[in-house]
Amino acid sequence: MLRIENLCYEYESGFKLKNISFEIRDGESIAIIGENGSGKTTLVKNLIGLLRPDSGKIFLNGEDTSKMSVAEIARTIGFVFQNPDNQIFASSVKEEVSFGPKNLGMDNIEEKVNDVLKKTDLFKYRDKHPFKLSGGEKQRLALASILVMNPKILILDEPTSGLDLKNAVKLMKIVKNLQKEGKTIILITHDMKLVSDLCERVILMKSGEIIADGKIKEVFNRESLLEKTKIELPEIAKLSKILGFGIIFDPKELYEKWRSLND
Amino acid sequence: MIEFEEVSFRYPGNRDHVLRDITFHVKKGEFLGISGPSGSGKSTLCLMMNGIIPKTIEGELSGEIYIDGENIKEKEVYEVSEKLGLILQNPESQLFSMTVEEELAFGPENLGIKREEIEERISWALELVGMEKFRDAFPHQLSGGEKQKIAIASLLTMKPEILVLDEPTSNLDPKSRIEIFKIVKKLNKKGMTVVVVEHETDFISSADKILILNDGKIVKYGTPREVFREADYLKHVGIRVPEIVEFSNYLLKGGYVDDIFLSVSEALEVLNVKDRESML
Repeated sequence: MLRIENLCYEYESGFKLKNISFEIRDGESIAIIGENGSGKTTLVKNLIGLLRPDSGKIFLNGEDTSKMSVAEIARTIGFVFQNPDNQIFASSVKEEVSFGPKNLGMDNIEEKVNDVLKKTDLFKYRDKHPFKLSGGEKQRLALASILVMNPKILILDEPTSGLDLKNAVKLMKIVKNLQKEGKTIILITHDMKLVSDLCERVILMKSGEIIADGKIKEVFNRESLLEKTKIELPEIAKLSKILGFGIIFDPKELYEKWRSLND
Repeated sequence: MIEFEEVSFRYPGNRDHVLRDITFHVKKGEFLGISGPSGSGKSTLCLMMNGIIPKTIEGELSGEIYIDGENIKEKEVYEVSEKLGLILQNPESQLFSMTVEEELAFGPENLGIKREEIEERISWALELVGMEKFRDAFPHQLSGGEKQKIAIASLLTMKPEILVLDEPTSNLDPKSRIEIFKIVKKLNKKGMTVVVVEHETDFISSADKILILNDGKIVKYGTPREVFREADYLKHVGIRVPEIVEFSNYLLKGGYVDDIFLSVSEALEVLNVKDRESML
């Protein structure tokens, strides 16, 4: 379980995270959303220990993370970068994925690596150079090299950005399987379809503050919140709202609702 | 403005063609959207339009490509770039100056254009992309969306007649994406010929024509309405139609509407009409 209590953090530039408090249960999936500059990344950097709060506390399974090193936190919280090129450096897929477990001194590394490569559909590329992989494959490699360390909590930063449909669907399936395995997922994204497919709960940020924390449709049905954050609703959600069905992100779901009303 | 006649291309040492038998024409002032899954040849097609392929990136090219009536084989890349500006996915790869102004002056300076004229072009280009306030800014300190706007402005100062954008918004947040859409549409309204490559199809749903590539071949080519009616086929090759179009495709199949719709306003018109009819 992850609990954040009154977290404050201020950059030299003056940007502040103000009094952030929330709790994520084990196995829960939440999305952190908000426009650029709202503080999502700063919050995440505090969670993984790259930045340390000026005041307030973060508890990981009851333990205060201010006493833990970045490496210790990383055993429980895995962070996958938006741009996989930022975390890939080895000369083969297998080596890339083996790096973390070797550093942690884990056992049965080869077995674990193979297992993760199969899960992420990269096994056939295990001897390939990472830079020869496509964008979608690199994205999965970045995920694999974190997954292999078996973190309880996974933070995914814009995991589908730049991916085409096939690769986005593949990644989504992997994440859904992780949810079934009981992993806690924290998703940072602008993709509302992805949010509605993967998460029940969203945390909405604006200027360094949490301005809403609740079920996705409830949050998006509050006109005043949307105006405040300047978040643009997807066209489909705008239409479903005007048609009186509330917020719906999935075309098929909207069609079912439409049909049940018009038949 | 852009003519491809049975163009095929393969990279050296590769057995397979990246593109095969590509034929299409873009008229002056037209907006063409190109989509296709990763690896379908979209970027290669863009690089052919300004001659980087095969002039800089070599390979085996067959067929003919004409830009404004001139065969690209007889032109150097810098000659083509006076006519056609190409924006790449990652704007950082084309920004290199210390200030936005220098960045925008670079192209026209190389063409030997007079200082006063360059000044005018810079002001004009910055206004078009809404970045007047950033004239003295350091390009690398700008946000992703701002960088992309500067990349576009830096091509505009060359006064090209054609603008080609290769996945210009794929790494941007939704707000910046919409801003880039609006700029591109505005330029098109002003008469510029525009080609936009996107794997997300919402941006190109207002194009005059859409061309879908799969596995190096053109598999669909027509108006957005014609192409998006084939939503199932597009999904099969790995292209998502805009969600609102997907909804209208369900309605079409269910017999609730006579044709698909492409926007919220169109949807309301179509669905209200239906409602009124059913009330009678």
